[in-house]
Amino acid sequence: MMDAAASDAGPDLAAIAADASGERAVGRPSVYVYEAPVRICHWVNAFSIIVLMVTGYLIGTPLPTVAGEASDNFVMGYIRFAHFAAGQVLAVFFLTRILWAFVGNHQSRQIFYIPVHRKQFWEEVLHEIRWYAFLEREPKMYVGHNPLAQIAMFTGFTLFVAFMIITGFALYSEGTGIDSWQHKLFGWVFAIWPNSQDVHTWHHLGMWALVVFVMVHIYTAIREDIMSRQSIISSMISGERQFRD
Amino acid sequence: MGAATETFYSVIRRQGITRRCFHKFCSLTATSLGLGPLAASRIANALETKPRVPVIWMHGLECTCCSESFIRSAHPLVKDAVLSMISLDYDDTIMAAAGHQAEAILEETRAKHKGQYILAVEGNPPLNEGGMFCIDGGKPFVEKLKMMAEDAMAIIAWGACASWGCVQAAKPNPTQATPIDKVITNKPIIKVPGCPPIAEVMTGVVTFITTFGKLPELDRQGRPKMFYSQRIHDKCYRRPHFDAGQFVEEWDDEAARKGYCLYKMGCKGPTAYNACSTVRWNGGVSFPIQSGHGCIGCSEDGFWDKGSFYDRLTNIKQFGIEKNADQIGMVAAGAVGAAVAAHAAVTAVKRLATKREDADHTS
Repeated sequence: MMDAAASDAGPDLAAIAADASGERAVGRPSVYVYEAPVRICHWVNAFSIIVLMVTGYLIGTPLPTVAGEASDNFVMGYIRFAHFAAGQVLAVFFLTRILWAFVGNHQSRQIFYIPVHRKQFWEEVLHEIRWYAFLEREPKMYVGHNPLAQIAMFTGFTLFVAFMIITGFALYSEGTGIDSWQHKLFGWVFAIWPNSQDVHTWHHLGMWALVVFVMVHIYTAIREDIMSRQSIISSMISGERQFRD
Repeated sequence: MGAATETFYSVIRRQGITRRCFHKFCSLTATSLGLGPLAASRIANALETKPRVPVIWMHGLECTCCSESFIRSAHPLVKDAVLSMISLDYDDTIMAAAGHQAEAILEETRAKHKGQYILAVEGNPPLNEGGMFCIDGGKPFVEKLKMMAEDAMAIIAWGACASWGCVQAAKPNPTQATPIDKVITNKPIIKVPGCPPIAEVMTGVVTFITTFGKLPELDRQGRPKMFYSQRIHDKCYRRPHFDAGQFVEEWDDEAARKGYCLYKMGCKGPTAYNACSTVRWNGGVSFPIQSGHGCIGCSEDGFWDKGSFYDRLTNIKQFGIEKNADQIGMVAAGAVGAAVAAHAAVTAVKRLATKREDADHTS
């Protein structure tokens, strides 16, 4: 895995060197980075997370009271249904994504670990930090995630979403009851926080952490797309990463 | 009080209760515990043959609201529970004996019914300063508790105090009031939380233990499943208004008069495990939500330290400010949003500057 990571940037940079004059003589070099399951999971998860954020906020802070008989309305019911449904979808596609990491390419595994033991990794993280602090003129190019992005994806996506899925299912198990599979699998959360009010609080905080992640994620994707001489946003649609100067 | 060798049945027959009434009582008890049709005869059989279970009822740091609740039990009547079903050997609040005479009963029960008596604890022991904040019979309560727990069959932790700590354990907890399960670790403990617990839940638990000679099935947190496995919210009669999206927005508004859901008024029903919305209080008359006030979650761990009873979200104090998760989250998201915007602006300026520089170089 280490070797694969190290060789990532090598050949492509060589290809780009031919393009250094600024003319598009040799055509844009491109690499197939994001395999179809990765892209599908990305967009399904993105859509689920947005639904979950909106409905989750509305569960915590409900809409103004609706008029009429209780039997004629089901506003909270629909909102909660959408939240639970999106949560289940997210859980399934998150699991699919984990499974794909075992069979997919090197880039499909990047968001699930941080190579903490590699000195070079941390040096490149430092370089990325300097790049974002406007201290470096030129960004380095990577086929997959840059080291800083890898850290952000591992924490901001993998860890936070896993936390939200676990606490979410634990809260869901309160409705399905202590004999349900949800409670058998996730009931241990209430051993950590005996009062489910605390689990609610952490679930809210997790949502805001994800809001922050989404903001930074979208901003950096757009910024890198423009600034770092490689395609980012279109790559998540086509799977191809194009390099340009 | 005293001798505990007779059975429940012999005691109530002596009190002039007919066998027919006895069976009625058994059926009613089986029903209120939610047991099957065969359970009534098993209860009858147990009460006819088993010697009455001796119970020692002790009081630590508490307010006696558990006792107050207990003596109002309607099904079964507390009179039946205390005078017939169990042998309440010691309860310093309601017993006739006092002083050395009372303390002697403790020693006697401990020696005579080693490993067979139930220790019911109301309140909890403060551990700070060697337990000096609660002196009972000239000794710290914690010593008395440990002594009696040693030979008990099981311990009932009555109420939020014994189960979780309650208000005397509120931050910063100067007396270090500690729930029973943190002090006694080698005995089966059943938690019956609530401030106070519902009377019928208390007598129901006592009836179960005396009938079957064992603790009822407990959940992960040590509470009897039959009373604490569902939230107030799950069985609340106002639940249809919650699902419809109909809420009381402020006290005394039209929605409050119509009896809409109290969620927005900080009702803790969705996070409180108790039987109030099914068993209700005072013989099934009412419960807080029915009276128009949200649930405060008094049977939940730490309910006294979670900020206002009228807010849905817990205040978080770790950051040195009293804000709830949404307030903290919005500030964080706002700050990051501003940072992103600033970073984008600097990026744009930088990019323009470098472009101009490059242009200068090439020309």
